[in-house]
Amino acid sequence: MGNKQTIFTAEQLDAYQVGSLCFVINTSSLFILIQKLFYRYRDLAPQLVPLDYTNHPDVKLPYELIGSMPELKDNPFRQRIAEVFSEDGEGNMTLDDFLDMFSVLSEMAPRDLKAYYAFKIYDFNSDDFICKSDLEKTLNKLTRNELTDDEVRMVCEKVIDEADLDNDGRLSLEDFQHMIVRAPEFLSRRKPNNITYILIWF
Amino acid sequence: MSQDSLDSLVTSENDIDIRLDVDDEYEQERQSGRRRKRRRRSGDKKEKKKKHQRRRSSSSARDGREERQTKKRESSKKQREKHFKERTTERNEEEAQTSSVKATKTNKNINNEKTRKTKTAERETEKRNEKKMDKSPKTIERKESEGKNTDKSKERKKHKKVQNSSDEEKTKEESEEDKEEQEELDKEQEEVRSECLSPEELEKLKEAVDERKKLIQSLRVKPWPMKKKLVSLRESQEFVEKYEGALGKGKGRKIYAYKVIMTKKWMKFERDFENFKTTLIPWEMKIKEIESHFGSSVASYFIFLRWMYGINMILFCLTFGLVMVPEALMGRPYGSIPRKTVPRAEEASAMDFAVLWDFGGYAQYSVLFYGFYNNQRAIGWLKFRMPLSYFLVGVGTVAYSYMVVIRTMARNANESGIGDDNSFNFSWKMFTSWDYLIGNTETADNKFASITTSFKEAILEEQESRKDDNIHLTRFLRVLANFLVLCCLAGSGYLIYFVVNMVMSLLGMFCPMLFDVISTLENYHPRVALQWQLGRIFALFLGNLYTFIIALMDEINLKVRSTLKGDLDRNAPAFITWTVYICQRKEEMIVKYNITTWENSFNGTVSENSTATPISLHPADVPRGPCWETMVGQEFVRLIISDTMTTYITLLIGDFLRAVLVRFLNHCWCWDLEAGFPSYSEFDVSGNVLGLIFNQGMIWMGAFYAPCLPALNLLRLHISMYLQCWAVMCCNVPQERVFKASGSNNFYMAMLLVILFLSTLPAIYTIVTIPPSFDCGPFSGKNRMFDVIHETLESDFPVWFSKVFSYASNPGLVLPFILLMVLAIYYLQSTSKNYKEANVKLKKKLQMQNEENKKKNKRAALKAQMDLEEARKASSQQKHVSPRRHQDVNEIHCSRQRHYYSKNGRNPAPPVGDRSLRRSAPRTYQHVNPGPPGYLPGLPRQSETRMHRVPSLQRH
Repeated sequence: MGNKQTIFTAEQLDAYQVGSLCFVINTSSLFILIQKLFYRYRDLAPQLVPLDYTNHPDVKLPYELIGSMPELKDNPFRQRIAEVFSEDGEGNMTLDDFLDMFSVLSEMAPRDLKAYYAFKIYDFNSDDFICKSDLEKTLNKLTRNELTDDEVRMVCEKVIDEADLDNDGRLSLEDFQHMIVRAPEFLSRRKPNNITYILIWF
Repeated sequence: MSQDSLDSLVTSENDIDIRLDVDDEYEQERQSGRRRKRRRRSGDKKEKKKKHQRRRSSSSARDGREERQTKKRESSKKQREKHFKERTTERNEEEAQTSSVKATKTNKNINNEKTRKTKTAERETEKRNEKKMDKSPKTIERKESEGKNTDKSKERKKHKKVQNSSDEEKTKEESEEDKEEQEELDKEQEEVRSECLSPEELEKLKEAVDERKKLIQSLRVKPWPMKKKLVSLRESQEFVEKYEGALGKGKGRKIYAYKVIMTKKWMKFERDFENFKTTLIPWEMKIKEIESHFGSSVASYFIFLRWMYGINMILFCLTFGLVMVPEALMGRPYGSIPRKTVPRAEEASAMDFAVLWDFGGYAQYSVLFYGFYNNQRAIGWLKFRMPLSYFLVGVGTVAYSYMVVIRTMARNANESGIGDDNSFNFSWKMFTSWDYLIGNTETADNKFASITTSFKEAILEEQESRKDDNIHLTRFLRVLANFLVLCCLAGSGYLIYFVVNMVMSLLGMFCPMLFDVISTLENYHPRVALQWQLGRIFALFLGNLYTFIIALMDEINLKVRSTLKGDLDRNAPAFITWTVYICQRKEEMIVKYNITTWENSFNGTVSENSTATPISLHPADVPRGPCWETMVGQEFVRLIISDTMTTYITLLIGDFLRAVLVRFLNHCWCWDLEAGFPSYSEFDVSGNVLGLIFNQGMIWMGAFYAPCLPALNLLRLHISMYLQCWAVMCCNVPQERVFKASGSNNFYMAMLLVILFLSTLPAIYTIVTIPPSFDCGPFSGKNRMFDVIHETLESDFPVWFSKVFSYASNPGLVLPFILLMVLAIYYLQSTSKNYKEANVKLKKKLQMQNEENKKKNKRAALKAQMDLEEARKASSQQKHVSPRRHQDVNEIHCSRQRHYYSKNGRNPAPPVGDRSLRRSAPRTYQHVNPGPPGYLPGLPRQSETRMHRVPSLQRH
């Protein structure tokens, strides 16, 4: 009981609870959940993260630590995920960013939100459009560079040809959403794990 | 629990107190308000100061009440208190926010107090639990007064805001009040003014509060970083807290929380259940792994194998449960009658392994074969009708197989018809193929491989669909190839007919290779090529079989049983054995004749001296007929065994040994073995599928005479599943052109159906035309096997039933029935054809629509671009006219932009909702002032910032 008082103030807890999706509104389980996530965060670097968060310490974990988490370590897009959710855009995460990430990636998050973040993840150069270079990067990450250049080029052209509705040679967020909500994985309730779902492992 | 109830007690007490207090206060307020109004009308300013003092005294009383309130809150929740305390410090910020919200509100809605009351009551009941119903009136009152209280403080804020923005709608009265506000603000206390509120302001307030609440609720689905969420959450929470008091922290929230927990748990359970179900599917993971490395065509073979395993499981259950087990448990034991005993001549070697391996000796005289079963009508205490059961199981296995194959074919056809929406094939592959749940390196490796394979498959499809080279040449080549294949088939038939039978196995080995070479001429898509290949080999085998049968028919008069047996090809089981037993018929006649003469002579000698008891002969010594059914069954079992062995041995030698040699001899060989001649083998889908299909055909043919066949086949399939999975993963290489198997392997099914039909033909023939052996099997003593049905009908059913049956089987009834069935089939077939056509048409329509939409979009985009171009021209012209103004605009623009970024924090991309603004940018352009000089068309961010700039221009 003492722990939860010292790590966070009640106000902080309340705020986290409303602000993030993976936390249930029940207060008792909220304590447990936040605590667990906090310890997950802290276990990455016990020497860096203080046990007392009441005065908002300015702590950031480097990307190397975040990317080595078992949830992310095999994901080809782990760096992008960390970058998108981190405040500095370089993958170094504060506790807030960390909670944010798991909130979006949890299964409680609505699909629109997931689609939005998926777009950001695939938008490697963060210019708000998925252009050809982004597609090539995505493809190379997905296949571990096992496709030839010609094949990569062809696939990227096909993708743009299929999904680009306004014909500007790149995918905007609308194009992306239009395409992704029609995906069979998106429609069926059976296999939702293909669009940025990460379960929190405890 | 007790603590809780105590708390609630305390709160209820407090409630009462507060209510009393509030009542007093309320009275006071009303009075003072009335007074105030009067005074305002008179416009006496001196009076006002006095009133101030009065109000202050009343406010001190209010402070006391507030204290009580805070106590109560403390008891209910600590954090609320914190917000309460912080309220004062954060107020200024928040005011800025609320003012902007309120400024947009209209003053149209004027509600009276009553409606407000009901609304608050409603809100109240929503938040609170129904259990608290008895308390609710009190709480409502309290809440209301609190609401009023907070409303007033908010009122104050509003006035401050009004000061800032100098709204013209405000009356002079209010501005007068503002001065008072200023005085009060200096004190910075939680004071509430006693003057009454105008209803529209109340309304505004309520709306603002509601809006905040909505914001809080939707906050979690906003794509903002956590920090921003937290800040806005704090602001709006404070706002709501201030004006709503301790609203909505009761039990309603708990119910909501409970609901959320339950839905989450339910979702998790569903996921787990799905996972569990996939783990229940046998070999699913193995097949997935193979699919990820070798593509879906190889996986389709294994899926087919698994499907086959399922069917054999059912067949095995039928024969095992209804025939073998009852006979073993309830039938007469071994050695009781001649058919269940090993004959004296074979007794010495009956237990030898070589004999058992050949399914002779004790194996022959056991439940495994037809001959062991007795023709006793009912066996055991259950009165189990053994012969009937045997017959029905034989018919049932075939009927079940037909049903399953046809049903699977229909379902596959159905699946391929719907749901092949390929409009975003590549995009979906690109963006949704990664499984974000993977947390295991090995699984991840598999996933990478499977994604690569699926991309390769898709690329190949795409290339094939694009390819259109010389049609005439390919046509010619295809015709040529087919001609060559036909020549091959004819040649092999000729060889088999006239030359030795051994040729057949050689042909079966080399012709597929020849076909493979020929098929490279044709230049088909690999999937189609595989089907052609399969079809040709199938035709070859069948053709060979038939020529073989015809050749045998010619030789049927010669007793060539021994030579025949030696030359049995593994693909020619039924027909050979069929001819075998036809040859045996003659033997049987002879033996039967011998036995009867022997019995007659024996009986004759016995009957002469009538006093002597009949000599009991040991069952092993009784002479017996050849029992061709058991012979046929044995043939099939031997065939299955040898077939299985050949498969396994070729697998071990052809794949494993080759792979090992290539791998290890490569170091000390003069050329590169891995890349050069032997290299590693590819998985031969067509050969394996055909082997499986023909094997199944043998099972269907032989199962009637050897009930153990399904069990054997089950064992074989089980082993080969593991063995082949292992062999594929360890010693095969993926095909050069990985292609996507058609989702439904209906082609395999069609071949299976043909084989099923062909294999049931001889079985039906034997059942219908040939009388069973006289001294073995469940049907011995009967003229035909199907007489069992007749017998059962006569003895086990009432007389009227057999009468009805005989009427029903009358050709006068059967023929119309068949006609009706034909009509029904024809009707159904034509309707299905129509549906298919309609389906195709609809699909085409949909595609056209899609294309049209795309074109429309393109046109719209082009038009927008043109507009932009024009606008830019216009802007450049205007720039010449008034460069100074543009500079201004630019500055403002920049500042707004900076402001925007700072507001958004690290997240420069605006939330989703803003996109619509961006889209409409080109259109709005014409209405708005020309853009900055550096403006480029097609860069939406600038147009968006211009949208921000417009109001700022107005303001300045």
